[in-house]
Amino acid sequence: MKEKLAQIRDKAIQKLNDASDLKTLEELRVEFLGKKGELTGILKGMGALSKEERPVIGQLANEVRADIEGKLEAMKTALAAKAQEAKLKAETIDVTMPGNMPELGHRHPMTQVIDNIKNIFIGMGYEIAEGPEVETAYYNFEALNIPKDHPARDEQDTFYVNGIGDFLLRTQTSPMQVRVMENKKPPIRIIAPGRVYRADEVDATHSPIFHQLEGLVIDKGITMGDLKGALAEFAKGLFGEDTKVRFRPHHFPFTEPSAEMDASCFACGGKGCRVCKDSGWIEVLGCGMVHPKVLEMCGIDSKVYSGFAFGMGLERVAMQKYAISDLRLLFENDTRFLKQF
Amino acid sequence: MDLPMKWLSEYVDLDTTTQDFIDKITLSGSKVESVTSLAKDITNVVTGKVLEIEKHPDADKLVVTKVDVGSGEPLQIVTGAPNLYVGAIVPVALVGATVYHGNGLEKIKKGKLRGIESNGMMCSIEELGFTVNDYPEAPDYGIYIFKDEVPLGADVKKLLEMEDDVVEFEITSNRPDCFSIIGLAREAAATYRKPFKYPEIKVEEKGDENTADMIDVEIQNPELCPRYIARAVKNVKIGPSPLWLRHRLTASGVRPINNIVDITNYVMLEMGQPMHAFDIDTIDEHKIIVRNAKEGEKITTLDGQERNLDSSMLVISDCNKAVAIAGVMGGENSMITEGARAILFESANFNGPSVRITAKKVGLRTDASAKYEKGLDPNLPLDAVNRAVQLVEMLGCGEVCKGMVDCYPNKRESWSVEYSTDSINALLGTELSEQEMIELFKLVEVEADGKTAKIPTFRPDLVSEADLAEEIARFYGYDNIETTLAAGTPTVGKKSHSQIVEDKVIDTMLSLGISEAKCFSFESPKVFDKLNIPADSPLRNTVTISNPLGEDFSIMRTVTLNGMLNSLSTNYNRRNESAYLFEIGKVYIPKTIPLTELPDEIRMVTIGMYGNIDFYGIKGVTEELFTVLGIRDKVEYTPKSDIPFMHPGRLADISLDGESIGYVGEVHPSIAAAYNIGTKAYIAVINFEKLAEYATFEREYKALPKYPATTRDIALLVKENVIVKDIEDIIRAKGGKLLESIQLFDVFRGKQIPEGYKSVAYNISFRAEDRTLTDDEVSSPVKKILAELEDKLDAQLRG
Repeated sequence: MKEKLAQIRDKAIQKLNDASDLKTLEELRVEFLGKKGELTGILKGMGALSKEERPVIGQLANEVRADIEGKLEAMKTALAAKAQEAKLKAETIDVTMPGNMPELGHRHPMTQVIDNIKNIFIGMGYEIAEGPEVETAYYNFEALNIPKDHPARDEQDTFYVNGIGDFLLRTQTSPMQVRVMENKKPPIRIIAPGRVYRADEVDATHSPIFHQLEGLVIDKGITMGDLKGALAEFAKGLFGEDTKVRFRPHHFPFTEPSAEMDASCFACGGKGCRVCKDSGWIEVLGCGMVHPKVLEMCGIDSKVYSGFAFGMGLERVAMQKYAISDLRLLFENDTRFLKQF
Repeated sequence: MDLPMKWLSEYVDLDTTTQDFIDKITLSGSKVESVTSLAKDITNVVTGKVLEIEKHPDADKLVVTKVDVGSGEPLQIVTGAPNLYVGAIVPVALVGATVYHGNGLEKIKKGKLRGIESNGMMCSIEELGFTVNDYPEAPDYGIYIFKDEVPLGADVKKLLEMEDDVVEFEITSNRPDCFSIIGLAREAAATYRKPFKYPEIKVEEKGDENTADMIDVEIQNPELCPRYIARAVKNVKIGPSPLWLRHRLTASGVRPINNIVDITNYVMLEMGQPMHAFDIDTIDEHKIIVRNAKEGEKITTLDGQERNLDSSMLVISDCNKAVAIAGVMGGENSMITEGARAILFESANFNGPSVRITAKKVGLRTDASAKYEKGLDPNLPLDAVNRAVQLVEMLGCGEVCKGMVDCYPNKRESWSVEYSTDSINALLGTELSEQEMIELFKLVEVEADGKTAKIPTFRPDLVSEADLAEEIARFYGYDNIETTLAAGTPTVGKKSHSQIVEDKVIDTMLSLGISEAKCFSFESPKVFDKLNIPADSPLRNTVTISNPLGEDFSIMRTVTLNGMLNSLSTNYNRRNESAYLFEIGKVYIPKTIPLTELPDEIRMVTIGMYGNIDFYGIKGVTEELFTVLGIRDKVEYTPKSDIPFMHPGRLADISLDGESIGYVGEVHPSIAAAYNIGTKAYIAVINFEKLAEYATFEREYKALPKYPATTRDIALLVKENVIVKDIEDIIRAKGGKLLESIQLFDVFRGKQIPEGYKSVAYNISFRAEDRTLTDDEVSSPVKKILAELEDKLDAQLRG
């Protein structure tokens, strides 16, 4: 009897090991453990055993049952795992195929440059001013110390418009300085980006419409050292922490002293390259201490207050920053261009 | 303004390299545009003596020469030059040399000409990069031959003084004095703290007559002509100028012509004072009158062109006729010709703006007018005229008469500017002492004593303390001013509400896959016809540019459509499958025409799309935008058909709190065709100013529901012309306070639906905050809804 039980166990485990699916496992369970199964058959014959043998065989039979059941469970788990593995394998996809969420839109490179500059100055306590593009000669010229017959009026190739009096398209964002000073008491810290207009024919480097950004700081005790400090910080923010700046004396009618600021070339770091035309420097902006006449014309006492102003062309910054070779691309709105930014 | 470095060295001894000069002068405020090294590209050209000339055996026009270049064995060179002779000393480009040949620079190689070896090339003056104007002794055609005995094998560039660096400056309008070699030399001397050597001007006056006996001068308009000096020279011998003078002119970009013209040009370059020379006998009654031109007066200028004058222009005339346009150009009638008995040098001062406007009106901007228009120092003409006659004596080309006629009704005196050391320091952020500032002022010939600065008359830009501060800063060094961060009153950097709204609009568009466009703000008035805008539309009242670049750029836009449609067209015609674009840009709406006040500048959000998109797609874009801006509930879309460039059946008006703020729809197919867009295009235009006014970013949390919603699906049979907005208005009106939401989920036409009808299906959801609704509670509002729909819209519930 003992041998028979051992045989059943070996046979069952053997067959279970060979089973390849859940259905076979079930058949084997019935074959060995079912009501008509082999083990049950043995147990039914227990009645014929002696009193001494019965508990021994009984215990052995239970052990055999437990072994078979254990094996059965183990095989179930293994087969389930195998089945899942097969299923996952069947579900394999080509992950190198492209994703298909809708594409995002792209911010215009000019806007990116302007946003970048806005953020730098907001961090330094500046607000953003706005003003009209159709202006009067007073705000565009007179109030900026550019009287009638001043050669600067010719240099700027002004577009005039149909009006009674001198209405024109602003040639610079500087009139916003005047508007801010007229409407706001110091301390003033503003930047003012916007479109400006000059009679330049359209080509790769010229456009009759382009963008400038103006800045103005008015407070008590503002010095040229402060101008240098603020603009050096700005250059670092725009071109990177290692950027150096230099200030060259220049002339603007509405600032005195005036300067142009160069930044060390962001492309070569100042060694000289194609971007900076081998000079190591890139001309970034014009600036200066606000001319006392301009302050007075705006109703600000130049004996109490001083300040600095700066202005820059933004197209050039965008073109240098993104290596854009043709200005016309900025107004064409070809999506193949816009998607690159 | 071109500055030849060799010329500069006459007035200041810099003892430095051109590069160092450029770097330093840039930082003291003279902006360098470029540097040109003359004769830089010419290499390895030496003097050689022709020893033998023999006929080429196989070519009639060639000769075979032996040339001694001072290095032992003579070179064999084959040439076709016609003017060679034995003993001639010529420039020889050795093998490996570069010279100008044919179309550009060429490297000389060892070669054979018709089978005979040739080891170099003899050069014409053109092959060395110059012209007969620069070296009048050179033949018009043929090899340059040295007049004098010169060493053999010597560097020809040095021998002919060809090398020089020419630095080009951008001179700003406040510094008319720097439009001269002298002015730049003064800046250079100050920059390097070196002595400035003003030229010594001396005249011998060997002529036997007095200028005053030869000419009278009368200034009728001293406003436009503050000073007029005339000086006579007799027995003029016209001929070429000497090499040094021609070189200086050429290096400065001025073509040498003859000694008298060259002298006037030389003085203009050197001193910055334009000069003119007349033939004294062409001046009727020997009287110069400086007056305004007569209306309709004409003059033929030196370039042979007849010019029409008007009474705003100043002319130089005699008793009968104009002989020059003041400060612009002389007349042909008073031109100096060979054999002139005596000439008259004019050295005058004219009003800058007047010269500028005259030059512009007659369409003739000359070197002289360019100088005058900056506003020159009326004290300059005296030295200039003496410098000119000094050169006449130096060149031996005439006898300078005694004295001059100097009419100076409007004298410019030196002026004083009050300043304080402290306030200049305060403006600059420096701590210079009174004495340090006085020393810095001396560099620019300003005499100061700590309180008052005496300004030389050639510096009209120095009129206020701020101007003096700039002089201090320039020569103290902008780079030496210590960098500080403004202390002062702190301010908070921030964006305004409308700027935040603008950012939100951009962010929303980008997140919906729409890229940002930028369009021109001016366009052609033809746009209105192209967009089919009626002739009497107020949109045709525009801000119009009086001096446009052309009709295409002549009006400020009143609609944004043209720019957007052009952009879509560009994309379509470049075969981009789709284009989704938006622009935030202004329209310019005049309040009156012509303008008497500034026009309204209104920012518009313009969205343009073609590709995988339809009306509901672009409408969805606007809905998302209104949701982000917190105004979705206030916006209504209603059918509209009266915009001429939009599809009349696919256009919705967008209103905000009952006010129309824009529209969304499909572009009219004939307009799309006019823009060469071969597919359906969709546009939405929304007034940004209104968005900014209404947008809110305030949000309040509403508790999430605890009890389930009860929903009813209803399918309605309605006539085709019933719009869902009408159905939804009724559902909302009759739904009662438990109505939570309505969702259109199907619109169906076809089988089972009679012709002219459609089936519209809604999911209507009811919910209470505090309980689950019973069927009865929902049935009642649904019944009311259906009754009203039937009553108002003849809508039938489908079974």
